[in-house]
Amino acid sequence: MIGISESVMQFLLALIVAGPLIGAVAALLPAPPGLKGKSPDQAVLRHGVVVTGAVLIAAIVLALGFDHDHPSRMQATTDIRWIPALDVRVHLGVDGISLPLLVLTALLTFLCALYSYFKMPEGPSPRAFVALVLVLEAGTLATFAVLDLLLFFLAFEMVLIPMYFLIARWGGARRGPAAWKFILYTLLGSVVMLLGLLLIGLKSGTFDMVALATDNDPGLTTSVQVTAVLAIGVGLAVKTPMWPLHSWLPDAHTAAPTVGSVLLAGVLLKMGTYGFVRILLPIAPDGMETFAPYLAAFAVVGIVYGSLACLALARPGAKGDLKRLIAYSSVGHMGFVLLGIATMTPTGVNGALFANIAHGLITGLLFFLVGAVKDRTGTSDLDTLAQESGAALYGKAPRLGALLAFGAVASLGLPGLAGFWGEMLALFGAFDPADGLSRPAFLTFMAIAAFGTLLTAAYMLIVVRRVCMGPGAGTEQAPRLADVHGYEFAAWTPLVALTVLAGLWPAALLGLTDPAVQQLLAGGKS
Amino acid sequence: MTVAPTDSGFVAGAANVVQSVDWLAIAPPTIAAVVGLAVLVTDLFVPERRKELLGWISVAGLAAAGLSLLPILDDERSTFCVVGRGDTLCSYTADEFTLVIQLLVLGGALLTALLSLSTLKDARAAGKEIPEGEFWFLLLSSAAGAALLPAARDLATLVVALEVASLPAFALVGLKRGDRRSSEGALKFFLSSVTATAVTLLGASFVYAATGTLHLAEIGAELGEVDGDLRTLARAGVVLTLVGFAFKVAAVPFHFWVPDTYVGAPLPVAAYLSVVGKAVGFTGLILVLVVAFQEYHDVWGPALAVLAALTMTAGNVAALRQRPTRAYSAVRLLAWSSVGQAGYLLVPIAAAGYADRPSQADSAVGSTVAYALMYAAVNLGAFAVAALVGRTHARNRVSDYRGLYARSPLSALTLAFFLLCLAGLPPGIIGLFAKVTVFSAAVDAGLGWLAVVMAANVVIALYYYLQWTALLFRAPEGEPERYRVPAPLTVAVALAAVLGVALSGAPQLVLRFTTSGLF
Repeated sequence: MIGISESVMQFLLALIVAGPLIGAVAALLPAPPGLKGKSPDQAVLRHGVVVTGAVLIAAIVLALGFDHDHPSRMQATTDIRWIPALDVRVHLGVDGISLPLLVLTALLTFLCALYSYFKMPEGPSPRAFVALVLVLEAGTLATFAVLDLLLFFLAFEMVLIPMYFLIARWGGARRGPAAWKFILYTLLGSVVMLLGLLLIGLKSGTFDMVALATDNDPGLTTSVQVTAVLAIGVGLAVKTPMWPLHSWLPDAHTAAPTVGSVLLAGVLLKMGTYGFVRILLPIAPDGMETFAPYLAAFAVVGIVYGSLACLALARPGAKGDLKRLIAYSSVGHMGFVLLGIATMTPTGVNGALFANIAHGLITGLLFFLVGAVKDRTGTSDLDTLAQESGAALYGKAPRLGALLAFGAVASLGLPGLAGFWGEMLALFGAFDPADGLSRPAFLTFMAIAAFGTLLTAAYMLIVVRRVCMGPGAGTEQAPRLADVHGYEFAAWTPLVALTVLAGLWPAALLGLTDPAVQQLLAGGKS
Repeated sequence: MTVAPTDSGFVAGAANVVQSVDWLAIAPPTIAAVVGLAVLVTDLFVPERRKELLGWISVAGLAAAGLSLLPILDDERSTFCVVGRGDTLCSYTADEFTLVIQLLVLGGALLTALLSLSTLKDARAAGKEIPEGEFWFLLLSSAAGAALLPAARDLATLVVALEVASLPAFALVGLKRGDRRSSEGALKFFLSSVTATAVTLLGASFVYAATGTLHLAEIGAELGEVDGDLRTLARAGVVLTLVGFAFKVAAVPFHFWVPDTYVGAPLPVAAYLSVVGKAVGFTGLILVLVVAFQEYHDVWGPALAVLAALTMTAGNVAALRQRPTRAYSAVRLLAWSSVGQAGYLLVPIAAAGYADRPSQADSAVGSTVAYALMYAAVNLGAFAVAALVGRTHARNRVSDYRGLYARSPLSALTLAFFLLCLAGLPPGIIGLFAKVTVFSAAVDAGLGWLAVVMAANVVIALYYYLQWTALLFRAPEGEPERYRVPAPLTVAVALAAVLGVALSGAPQLVLRFTTSGLF
């Protein structure tokens, strides 16, 4: 949109990846004179806001400087040799697929830092908290920006340790086991993924994603591709998470602090689906074709399973936890993303990428809201909240209630909001899958997934009824709750605005992803 | 160092009876040995309260031995040569492989010496004195043997070097006077090691009988032309020779001595055994297998692959079963994890047995060397922090590390870094990439199953390394006490940490051995 010279763009991208890391180190050092603030804790939390804010600004400038006429071209690329022995290169770049994810990550992390500045989760010192959040940000941003398989793996792994500590140190009840489950599941998957990445790298002679996507190396025979897709797919599917590998997610979300949940749902899960699109689709199309029907089948099972689990949790008397419910709804939403990818059509993959972003915005918002409800009422248990007749959030805290209702209807995919387009495009893709995939099978999947949207609507509306509605504040002596604070407004408004914007003007996002997806699916030829 | 005269040496004629020795090439092991002797003699003249001097002499000696590698960096030197059948055969070769391993061994010994300085001082203060002159002499002699081993190019020198490296180690383990556990560990170590070495000698004699030569290069050529009747003998010889080295690496089934010996030994000696002892083992394996027994790679390749799989599984499963509250569980955990790591070290050597081309075998060997360098730095670092914690918690249980971050943030952070390097998880980048090279050596050689076994093991290992790491940052029980850390210990931890961080930033420093041939 605005002309920025290539070298500045390169610098911006490098800054986005390296900035949080430097910030993390700086957070551990004592504050320099003049920046000491009111107390060391306040100073370090402010440091977190400043660093994530700077990264966000850099990401926005990068997005403005991005050549929107050629979103399929890798831009702001840096390519430096790092470990010649393994042929690992520091190869960075953004295209239409990774740019929205980069901006989303920078935005969500900034909002989380801002939110923590005013409402630090209970636990040990904020110094380590800020450093960990920044390392987490560096890892996720690097995952979306690197174009080398081994570097991708490195970035993929980098988020584990910080997320583990965020859950284990600042989490709620049963945080220890939940954090363990999170890290063990993900590690198990990623070790298998490493084997798959090595197989690709050794058979084709390069770890460079761009070269691999364009060359169709003869070393990658169909059998190699099938093995590689299986190995890499398992690692990515754990992260996504795909049913039946999802069981770490509800525990992790329930135990994590609000900020951890937001980042986990909003950003970390996207790393899995991004890997499918960036690595598996272009590099191993034959292997992907073999597994696409299975992937789609697991995806639709996940959609229905997630919705049914949510329905069960939303039932009165089920002692359902709201955070747990949203976590299960994530399983369903990510099912749509996987279904879109499994169709291997531009429509489906675009839908998947759109749903990715939408899920990040909406679920991030929902976790913020539930966190706020939990802070005010001391519980996120639906039965305790609603008791006999409903929590009556509309009466006790009208703005908070309205926002929660907004998040819920956005999540169920109301047309006009962000959740709608991605799921619809994924279903469209399943209606007419790529050549070579069985159309009847995908039509069945589409029908089941469409049924899943109904279930989603059902449980979301039940939640709204039980949490937001209820006897009016005047009829009982129910105390009014604090309504939305200023800093909460600041943290949530961008998410609400972007949800509406993406719902009303989907072309803004699809215009970016579509050319890049077309090129990826065509084997690098645009 | 003397070299056993070989038969061809006698044939070579009078001109070769008096050899010109390349002193520069043999400087590293020689300096270590000479300083060791000097320390033993000096011990007689140093008054009781000045014994610390001996330690500093030894540290200086090891540093000098390490520095003596510098002048011979560029070219390949050989000495103790004879004219064999056809071309010149040398018993001592200082090529790149030798130099890298010597650097590892001497560096490892240097870090051990730094650790020992404060351990000996603490023992003196506690009245449980360890005889210092003997300690330093034994440590330096063992280091000299270990530094000689990678340069050895005939079976006799190899066995002599193996013995020189091992015999002082037994004594080092048993040096804690009046400690029952120490004597028990030493005895276990001694008995099993002597058996293993004897079997190696038997194997070497079989090979000699079958081929008529002791020089590795010549054995490599001769093994292919062994008569039909002698082939069985040669095969048996190949397998038996491996035993002694497999023992040093602590490969299954020669690993039972490890935990008891490590617990019984003074902690720095345990660190020494886990790094330098293993280096001796796998160097011997590489020399014997890849240089001499390449002809029989179809015998030892699969055998070693199975051995590697068993070793890593046994080590990691046993480490997983350690209860954190048991006495000395931290040392036991490190001991078992070092068995597991030995399994990873064996993987590329096994892959070399499957190589189609010599260059492929070379790069596989390079993976082992690269992994060993990473392992040496971070494992010694972990032991150094363990020694530090052991000063206040004599029973050194894993549960004693709870809340270490609150007591001493830097040592907790460095230990976490070392453990994550061993586990292969960022920020321990070098650990990750070292594992990647090992994986790729296995996948490259078509050993897919071994790669999968190793992947499973990596996950098991991650479990206990992470558990320990997480413990460091838990809230401490009771008020954290502060204490002074002795300077040599700090230097040792800092050196290991700097090495680890530098390698994580520039993994190419060690990983280059996987592309450039070492021989």
